[in-house]
Amino acid sequence: MTEPIVELRRIGVRFGTVPVLVDVDLSIAPGEIVGIAGPNGSGKTTLLGVVATLIRPSSGTGSVLGAALGTDDVRRIRPRIGLSGHEPAVYPELSLVENLRFVARIAGVPTDAADRVLADVGLAAAADRPAGRSSHGMQRRIDLARMLMLEPDLVLLDEAHAGLDKDAEVIIDAILRRVRARGGGGLLVSHDAGRLARQVDRVLRIEAGATV
Amino acid sequence: MSRFWRQALGVAKRDLLVEGRAGEGIGIVLPVGALAIFVVPLATSGSASLLADLAAPVYWLVTLLFGMQLALRQTATETVPQRRLLVLLGLDPVARFVGRTLSASLLLLGLQLVLIPLVILFYEPEPVPAPVRILPALVLYSVGLAMLGTLAGDLTVGLRTRTALAPMLAAPLAVPLVMGASQSLISVSQGDGILTWTLLLVATDLALAVAGVVTARPLEETAT
Repeated sequence: MTEPIVELRRIGVRFGTVPVLVDVDLSIAPGEIVGIAGPNGSGKTTLLGVVATLIRPSSGTGSVLGAALGTDDVRRIRPRIGLSGHEPAVYPELSLVENLRFVARIAGVPTDAADRVLADVGLAAAADRPAGRSSHGMQRRIDLARMLMLEPDLVLLDEAHAGLDKDAEVIIDAILRRVRARGGGGLLVSHDAGRLARQVDRVLRIEAGATV
Repeated sequence: MSRFWRQALGVAKRDLLVEGRAGEGIGIVLPVGALAIFVVPLATSGSASLLADLAAPVYWLVTLLFGMQLALRQTATETVPQRRLLVLLGLDPVARFVGRTLSASLLLLGLQLVLIPLVILFYEPEPVPAPVRILPALVLYSVGLAMLGTLAGDLTVGLRTRTALAPMLAAPLAVPLVMGASQSLISVSQGDGILTWTLLLVATDLALAVAGVVTARPLEETAT
């Protein structure tokens, strides 16, 4: 039997005394893309943080790409996770292409891949523009370009469609198509129910930290 | 090149690029440090012997305060998404510490070298025989302050009181560094050996390096 990409069982997260996630179960099979919907403050981003192995659960068990959550084993699989959060992870002082070259250098990917993926996300003409003087949408595209460059086995997109125009949806489609082909998985959070439904295999709804 | 050094040099290059573009080191810290050196002669009676005596203490004071500002700034300006990106890229936390130390050391050494002619100009201290002999002490002092700033910055990530707490953590630990560097200068000025003070600087740098390596991984987890 093929091992799931993500397997969470009765995951709970508390920030201090405040419960943010309560007994959440989630399973993502190889080649599957799951959508997360829910109102603001329902715990969607926290769930994404748990799956990204960046937030340690207070209770429950789980594994991501075969590594048990809460163990040192997650360090091994972290480079196989691609995360695009609310706020793009860019260095505003560096140009768009320098941001990608830095990532390539750290990840051990040839730096000329940065120029290639920059063209793929339609930013070749703005390659030398400082990220800090680029629009939010362009910064989000850099996040997506990073995923095209590093080809992660697990794609996590928070507010997947925020700040992105219809053209950028093609980029997300390409990322998801490639991750499916690799037998990886994906988790998309979005407030745009229509676009979400088109891009994922099923939608999980969260309210007040629990799946409904 | 090994993965470790590729990552460490990548971090150092990024830090220097960011510093060069943001211009805070060159545009703010350096001019204010130079101003601080200029203020003391204005505030004293202008006695040449008094100024000559004050030259070294003022120099070390300014390099400590403004150098620490430079070293701390790098970690302080890193955002949560940037830190998370580095963790998910598989950046070795020790390589990050080494990269940060490298870039901050270069900046601190630059700051110190630029301030020396200003001190000579405004304070007219006694000429130091064989000034090249003080260079190893300046390098060890820069590396030590850079590690201290990086460590203090990492220890206070996410704390509301970090701007006050980080210098308070770092200042007492900087004492052996200041002592080693300042006493090296005095010894060189008097034509004495500086082995004892160099060893103090080396020992302090080694202790800070061990602290940086040991804490790099746990601090990375708390920072995300």
